[in-house]
Amino acid sequence: MIEYINKIKEISERLLKEGIVDIIIGFRKGTMPMMNEPCFAKSPEDIKNLVWDSNCGINLANYLTNYSADRKEKIGIIAKGCDSRNIVNHIIENKIKRDQLFIIGVPCKGMVDRRKIVSIFEREIKEVTEEKNKIIVKSDGFEKILKKAEVLQENCAICIHRNPVVYDELVADLVEEQKDVDRYEDVRRIEAMPVEKKYKLFDDLLSACIRCYACRNACPLCYCPTCFVDESRPQWVGKSINPVDIRTFHFLRAFHCAGRCTDCGACESACPMDIKVRTFTKKLEKDCFELYGWEAGMSLDERPPLDTYKFDYPD
Amino acid sequence: MSDWEPKIVTFLCNWCSYGAADLAGISRMQYPPNIRVIRIPCTGRMSPKFILTAFRQGADGVWVSGCHPGDCHYIEGNYYARRKFALFKRFAEHMGIEPDRLHFSWISSAEGTRFAEVANEVVRAVKKTGPASGYLKAA
Ligand code: SF4
Ligand code: SF4
Ligand code: FES
Repeated sequence: MIEYINKIKEISERLLKEGIVDIIIGFRKGTMPMMNEPCFAKSPEDIKNLVWDSNCGINLANYLTNYSADRKEKIGIIAKGCDSRNIVNHIIENKIKRDQLFIIGVPCKGMVDRRKIVSIFEREIKEVTEEKNKIIVKSDGFEKILKKAEVLQENCAICIHRNPVVYDELVADLVEEQKDVDRYEDVRRIEAMPVEKKYKLFDDLLSACIRCYACRNACPLCYCPTCFVDESRPQWVGKSINPVDIRTFHFLRAFHCAGRCTDCGACESACPMDIKVRTFTKKLEKDCFELYGWEAGMSLDERPPLDTYKFDYPD
Repeated sequence: MSDWEPKIVTFLCNWCSYGAADLAGISRMQYPPNIRVIRIPCTGRMSPKFILTAFRQGADGVWVSGCHPGDCHYIEGNYYARRKFALFKRFAEHMGIEPDRLHFSWISSAEGTRFAEVANEVVRAVKKTGPASGYLKAA
């Protein structure tokens, strides 16, 4: 990772100095271990703070949304495989122009799930460092070494597009993509259940939801100026934590991501209540693949499945 | 529960299926009174929000009907709609809405008979499935 960050800093500094971009969107250390936060670097000072490690799971494409249309800055953005696919989404949805961006591609080796680490470690974590395929977790006078493969985010464990799809410069050689991955084992398990059981499953899954909308806010796809949850005439969904309201919110949030979701996992890792919200979006992802052979964000030249049609497609 | 009758919110495209409903009526064809018709300008106007709102307010089934592919008044609205609907139906099942509650059809304004037939089929399917409560918001 140290090679990655050196290269990221080197490229970022050059881009800013030569005036190729006005801002770099990357990561800096957060206030707690394993909580890197987005960083908007405009000066060499800011560049010093940039970091790169296995805690960069936030999808940076989300921070491009407010740069569209009226803002003309040239933006440098650091992009893993999934971020790059969400950048492609933004471009084909006319949120931003390709030539407004300088994409610094990061061949990704997977991000860790801080919750898994917290639950294994069982005491307050003071420091987390990493070395090759190991994660070293420290507390006062206590240390544990974990295998990174065992604490990966679930979406990273089944990721088949670790390399960025679009980029202007890479920080390292492309990594080998994971092969023979069964991406939809969990969805198939749910599909096999009778409808009542599915209903019950989601009742349990959503029982803890507090409607904080962190899942929505973390997602680069959710950029509508007024979200349907805030529409009041008519009101599509109540504001309460009534189970039907919660369920309706999740149904529509996921459906709005149909054909667009890249399974970046940002929604799931943002949830303060640990709710596996990818259970919804993955079903749509699978169906888009099965019905239309579609994977979101892979190409700048193809229209997403709900924005196009074929004459001969049956019903 | 034996005298329970389902409510089926029915979205009909102004240019075809709505006309078909008219024709069925003028021709005095019989079809069950369970459908509640809402006229829409085109199936392309359908939004998943409409469907969930119907269930939220007490529908037991939803039926959307529009022009045959190739005959849409706006040329391609129904081509988009059928993709949206195909995904919606699968996703709704994932989220606990029985497939028999959701129906989609193409009926032109000359097909009054077909309108009555499909209305019968839809009502039969929803009746078999029983009252819906999963997305019903108690007032
Ligand atoms: S729905 Fe979740 S996994 Fe999909 S793109 Fe949005 S944040 Fe990423
Ligand atoms: S982030 Fe979690 S708790 Fe908040 S609205 Fe989403 S699912 Fe509910
Ligand atoms: S006008 Fe009837 S479906 Fe478009």
